[in-house]
Amino acid sequence: MLTQPECQRIFDIAWKAARSLGADDVELLFHSNEESLTRFANNAIHQNVSERGTGISVRPQAGLRTARAETNRLDAASIAAAVETAMAILRSRDEAPSLLPMAGPAPVPVIARFSQRTAAITPLQRAEAVRDVVAIARSAGQTAAGAFSVNQTADALINSRGVHCHHEQTLATFSVTMMEESSSGWAKGSAVDIGDLDPAALAADASRRAVLSRNPREIDPGRYTVILEPAAVLDLAGQMFPDFSGTAIEDQRSFLTDRMNQQVFGSNITITDDAGHPLQSGTPFDGEGVPRRTLQLVDSGVPREVGWSRSAAARHGLDPTGHGLPLPNDIGDAVMNVVIAGGSHTVDQMIRETKRGIWVTRFWYIREVDPYAKVMTGMTRDGTFLIEDGEVACGIRNFRFNQSLVEMLNNVEALGSPVRASGEEYMDMVVPAMKINGFNFTEVTRF
Amino acid sequence: MKDTALRALDLAVRTGVSYADVRLVSARDRILSTKNGQIAQASASESLGLGIRVLKSGAWGFAATDDLSAAGIEACAKRAEGIATASAAVMCQPVHLAAEPPARAVWISPCGVDPFAIPVDQQVALLLAADAELRREKGITLAEASLEIVRTRQIFLSSEGADIDQTRTTTGCGMWCHAFGDNEIQKRSYPNSFGGQHQLRGWDLVEDIRLVENAPRVASECVALLSADQCPETEGSLILDSSQLALQIHESIGHPIELDRVLGTEANYAGLSFLTLDQLNTLRYGSPIVNAVCDATPAHGPGLGTFAFDDEGVAAQRTPIIRDGQFVGYMSSRETAGVLGQQRSNGTMRASGWHRLPLIRMTNVSLEPGESTLEQVFDAEHAIYMETNRSWSIDDRRYNFQFGCEIAWEIRDGRHVRMLKNPTYGGITTEFWNNCQAIANRDHWTLWGTPNCGKGQPEQVMGTGHGASPARFSRVRIGGGYGC
Repeated sequence: MLTQPECQRIFDIAWKAARSLGADDVELLFHSNEESLTRFANNAIHQNVSERGTGISVRPQAGLRTARAETNRLDAASIAAAVETAMAILRSRDEAPSLLPMAGPAPVPVIARFSQRTAAITPLQRAEAVRDVVAIARSAGQTAAGAFSVNQTADALINSRGVHCHHEQTLATFSVTMMEESSSGWAKGSAVDIGDLDPAALAADASRRAVLSRNPREIDPGRYTVILEPAAVLDLAGQMFPDFSGTAIEDQRSFLTDRMNQQVFGSNITITDDAGHPLQSGTPFDGEGVPRRTLQLVDSGVPREVGWSRSAAARHGLDPTGHGLPLPNDIGDAVMNVVIAGGSHTVDQMIRETKRGIWVTRFWYIREVDPYAKVMTGMTRDGTFLIEDGEVACGIRNFRFNQSLVEMLNNVEALGSPVRASGEEYMDMVVPAMKINGFNFTEVTRF
Repeated sequence: MKDTALRALDLAVRTGVSYADVRLVSARDRILSTKNGQIAQASASESLGLGIRVLKSGAWGFAATDDLSAAGIEACAKRAEGIATASAAVMCQPVHLAAEPPARAVWISPCGVDPFAIPVDQQVALLLAADAELRREKGITLAEASLEIVRTRQIFLSSEGADIDQTRTTTGCGMWCHAFGDNEIQKRSYPNSFGGQHQLRGWDLVEDIRLVENAPRVASECVALLSADQCPETEGSLILDSSQLALQIHESIGHPIELDRVLGTEANYAGLSFLTLDQLNTLRYGSPIVNAVCDATPAHGPGLGTFAFDDEGVAAQRTPIIRDGQFVGYMSSRETAGVLGQQRSNGTMRASGWHRLPLIRMTNVSLEPGESTLEQVFDAEHAIYMETNRSWSIDDRRYNFQFGCEIAWEIRDGRHVRMLKNPTYGGITTEFWNNCQAIANRDHWTLWGTPNCGKGQPEQVMGTGHGASPARFSRVRIGGGYGC
């Protein structure tokens, strides 16, 4: 992993090369990772991988021109060659009137997100965890499939105006699907500290869902009350957060265009973007080295704030919020650490209080149907249940939905306690389970 | 590069494994884009690294590194061996590889005019010109254009004696625009969504696309969509342009025929397939005019899935998938070919880079041209004709799908009678293909590139190719998703 002194050494080489080629400033992004992942299926490990890599990305700036070049060769000649490549592109482009001078230094909070015991997990320890999960599957007459990954990353940003940010973190993730002849169940978790991740408990949860959803019934599509597990909330609601971007609103490609500071969602919906939240992960600085500020994205149903990069904020007379992407880019800004405020309901309580509804474990293949109404389509997967008279009546065949997120977040009846959720369709977020009325299932599939 | 790869192979073999292969990959790219008259992206990258895959005690291990020092490579080889040892602790059956004669070859994909030799300012000027043409249309609120060129050289060595040096150059180019008004956002892309067209070609691809010449029509359609009629909700005849049909093929033929998915190894993530092994040679996948192949050979065309050898050293092949409507083939690997009773893999193992393990991936999965003229495809009393993908979703066994397109037209008696916005259609895979009524001939066949296919954990994004010509389908559910 790249240390801070190594980053400084590389920066010095790049800055010297950039100055000699006429750059006014230079910025370097550093990323190094060690990622190990064990995949299992059919109750056996079938893929087991480890990768180590380090890359730098150099951005010189001269007047109103900038460009970027990346390399993973860290000898002096390769670093200088990357600078030359970036300078050659820079000279070939027109001036960008909205390009600002590089950011100056600002205090960036140090957030401890590195666990030594997570980093020290060995392939054999991962295999032992998988063996225990397979034992749970075999004892239930089920077949297990999943993945156990352990990542450690180091990210840094240094520029010639004095910005020097560095962040290290670990993340362990375990995902498991338990399958029976006619059904399946799924669970997934992630944590900075491996001690906060319990593969056996996740496997037991997935196993229980596979049992509960045996011999699924086919019921008619239509509008139903749904209870969404946090992973389902994450994957579906997550689709709207790229729109919480100042540049997206400026481009008129966000569903929040002409909707800021209006009652867009129900008054029980409050959302922040908080890089410092104890259940969050990621860097506390953005792609230009600006510290991430906590944003009140939605306050009691009213969109109040969005992320702003330095240049987009300047165009609107605002302060940047620390959500800019590395320059040059076409997206501008993005929120990365979403936290949806919750309530006090447990999922069990939501089920007990439901006369007739659908309980959803996870969603799959979610895509946008309409960008302004924010209608999304997708499927349920790995554990979808009919609730009748406050109890789980049976598993049901999977549904396709076509649902406006704006409408959905006006129909939230109850909220659970927020947890760190992991899905497959959007980055990890801190979200609660939700009970939602009038959710629109439009088709049913064959299983 | 070759010496480094040889050293890695030697070190891997010395760890006592029964099989080893090494892929040393050098990759280079250039990405340029514009947005509303300004340069948005201007970047280049280079990377070099290697991946070592080993079999020990019948179990796989894989490790990758970009530390190409002697110590770095040795550590990588030992890591791969250690991982294989751990894998063997939770194993059902030892891996058996189908035999493959070790190839020794050098192959460089033809790319016409080298796209890296074209000056950046010339490339930027073209994108800016297209961007400007789009914005000449009143009502366009966002205009963008992009170019992405990639060159990858890979040296593949195996303990069986394979020695393959392969270089591929791909180019992708396109433009798109948005119009916002009256609480809706409309978009048009050219020549396709997903950043345009992508092929195993050079600068000549960009010249063929003719961005600037097409920009006025694309922009005009985009603005017109704001006032077009909503696509009705109905069941009836559907005509798809070749780019949308390419994605339909990708999702409802390409993914289901991945044998690893069929055998359950993607159950936790990408999902399973409805094409269980008992369906081979028994399932009527489509109507008798439906013929599909998986073809990585250069003779099929310059697709994103065209190569000389796959990433476990198996020569590119052409495999029939659907013949006269009958399901006849899967995509396989050396590990899985034996499940089908086949002596040899059909060569579809691909990795997204030096750092990732090869998986069964689509190469070029294409619908063969039909015999109809374009006029015959459109010769319907009533139909909806859709162009250019906007959204795509299919269940995790690949039965139920729903697609949205950017634009549609109502067709009456073979003629376009009105533009329709927000078109969608959906169905069940085999029902859809069995309702295929007409496929246009080779004059209208295009080998499209899909640059963003995701699969595997850690996820690997791969480029795949899909040849298609416009086709007509009957009894299709049209217009769903907007009645909510």
